Amino acid sequence: MSDARTVAVTGIGAWLQGAPDWPALRGVLRGERGLDDAAPSKPAAAALPAAERRRAPEGVRLAVEVAAQACAAAACDPATLPCVFASTYGELAITDYVCATLAHAPLELSPTQFHNSVLNAPAGYWTIATGCTAASSAVTAHHRSFAAGLLEALALAHAEHTPVLFACCDVASSGPLATMTRTTLAFGTALVLSPLASNGARVHWSLREGRASTLPPIALALRVVASDNPANAHALALLSALAADAHATLALPLSTGLSLAMEIAP
Amino acid sequence: MPSRIEPLAITRYSATSALGRGLAEHLDALRAGRSGLRINDFSCAQLDCRIGRVAGVESVALPASLNHWECRNNRLAWLGLQQDGLLDAVARSVAAYGATRVALVLGTSTASISTTEDAYRRLDHGHFPSDLSRPEIHTPHSLAAFVADATGIAGPTLTLSTACSSSAKVFASAERLLRLDLADAALVGGVDTLCDSVLFGFNALELVSKQACRPFDIHRDGISIGEAAAFALLERAAEAPRAPRLVGHGESSDAHHMSTPHPEGRGALAALDAALATAGIAPDAIDYVNLHGTATPRNDEVEARLLTRFPSHTCASSTKGFTGHTLGAAGALEAVFTLLAIEHGVAPPNLGCNEPMQEAAPWLALHPETRDIDIALSNSFGFGGNNACLVFARGGAA
Repeated sequence: MSDARTVAVTGIGAWLQGAPDWPALRGVLRGERGLDDAAPSKPAAAALPAAERRRAPEGVRLAVEVAAQACAAAACDPATLPCVFASTYGELAITDYVCATLAHAPLELSPTQFHNSVLNAPAGYWTIATGCTAASSAVTAHHRSFAAGLLEALALAHAEHTPVLFACCDVASSGPLATMTRTTLAFGTALVLSPLASNGARVHWSLREGRASTLPPIALALRVVASDNPANAHALALLSALAADAHATLALPLSTGLSLAMEIAP
Repeated sequence: MPSRIEPLAITRYSATSALGRGLAEHLDALRAGRSGLRINDFSCAQLDCRIGRVAGVESVALPASLNHWECRNNRLAWLGLQQDGLLDAVARSVAAYGATRVALVLGTSTASISTTEDAYRRLDHGHFPSDLSRPEIHTPHSLAAFVADATGIAGPTLTLSTACSSSAKVFASAERLLRLDLADAALVGGVDTLCDSVLFGFNALELVSKQACRPFDIHRDGISIGEAAAFALLERAAEAPRAPRLVGHGESSDAHHMSTPHPEGRGALAALDAALATAGIAPDAIDYVNLHGTATPRNDEVEARLLTRFPSHTCASSTKGFTGHTLGAAGALEAVFTLLAIEHGVAPPNLGCNEPMQEAAPWLALHPETRDIDIALSNSFGFGGNNACLVFARGGAA
């Protein structure tokens, strides 16, 4: 990878029911433990003020939870950190609510649910909660949303010589829309990526022509969430490599002709 | 503050909106001060407002090979791609640089949600009707995936969806991809179509005017919603020395409120300062500002305060009175208005404003103004306090 650029992963956040933070998920990925049945069924999202937490939809709480975990692990101040939030579908339960309401009683559409329906709701709530005035973005690319969002974050980090917060989150679909989307579990990942830091795992990355590599096998306990949504599988492939504390290579699908190739070094 | 960037050439651009199809019809309307707004004849239930509807979207047919992408938003995108030689220019870039060296970064706020709405109106025992059982169009990436398929672009392909700043931010994202040599060219743009979600959603937020919107008027009382497709092809400046340039961009977050701007315009000002820094210019170099100017009481009040940053020779206008607020397409559409202003020496008038706010009046172009415009700026501010500001210049001017 002669044309590769290098970032350090200085903080990781993750949430899945049964593995509500990175240390827990890392243990599952390493095969050292299973999912914890007693773990909370909803992300705590403690970074949101109580009133906002009540109004915030599930995808926002998930994104805020993993983003806060990653920033805490990286010991960096979210207020100055540019952020990129990716999602395959956005807030599916709200899309279902909006479409169902419009079909029956369009004039009864809730204004709060409407502004919560935008794909940048996580970025909005996050920047408000943390006082972040840096650039914030919301990226989607269907089944390639994880790599597309990661590329946007990496490009921002290298072009502006700044650490960047990247998060990728999806929630379960509901209602008739579920027949088109089929995601059944909430899962989120966040990474603080720094082109400057000397701590954390190193990721050497570049764009490569051709198909992505076959993803490595995943811990049994995570097969459902990995098969739920390709963005989850891609996130878990990178997290597996980071959890292993060993040298690994990975190529995730980015576009019809490119993959995002990564060499991960502990 | 960010450092200065290398300007990029805008080798082709176009827009399709309520004003018509392609640049010539837009320029005619701008010069004549002719609005494209009309009485709402779109929503599924009565809603007393004006809309910026693109004529003839219903009769656009996608080529058979692309028919699985069929939906109103992709039809409007296809109509937009037909104008001003865009498809040919993209095909030349794909041939010259290679398909994987051309990036595609598009903005949209609702993508093809109107088709998902339609499916919910026509549910068959709780299931989508068979003609709409196409998972790829019920995602927010439907637009960019369709355009990639239609153009053969195979480089980095992503959708930015930050509400009303979406298709301004695509210019910044694409500039970074070219700066880092991750692509040699990028097709950027935005497409959003009228749909019940936004008509009834903004209505629920009490942000929709019953009249045609009146940006910066003391009696302004809300937005008019519109639809548009706008695109620009970005390449390195050396490829086209005479083409207009993207010379700066700035992005910021308000960190204030989901649906109202920061009262002092803190985020908007930060985006403006970053854009000027990346362009390496001071505010007095700006000849024209295309304002976000939604005609909500709050937006225009905050944005007017920003105008005090500019000298008296800078003129400014919102073009929402022509097209309505085209939401996720607004950034790219208004980038096109800004480029037309530079290339044709005309400052578009701030249509719909009869009694200008005192704070904005010294800068507002109330009638079409013929003047040299070398450097111009375009503001876009979205829900969630998401701000973007772009700076464009005449080829060779900056």
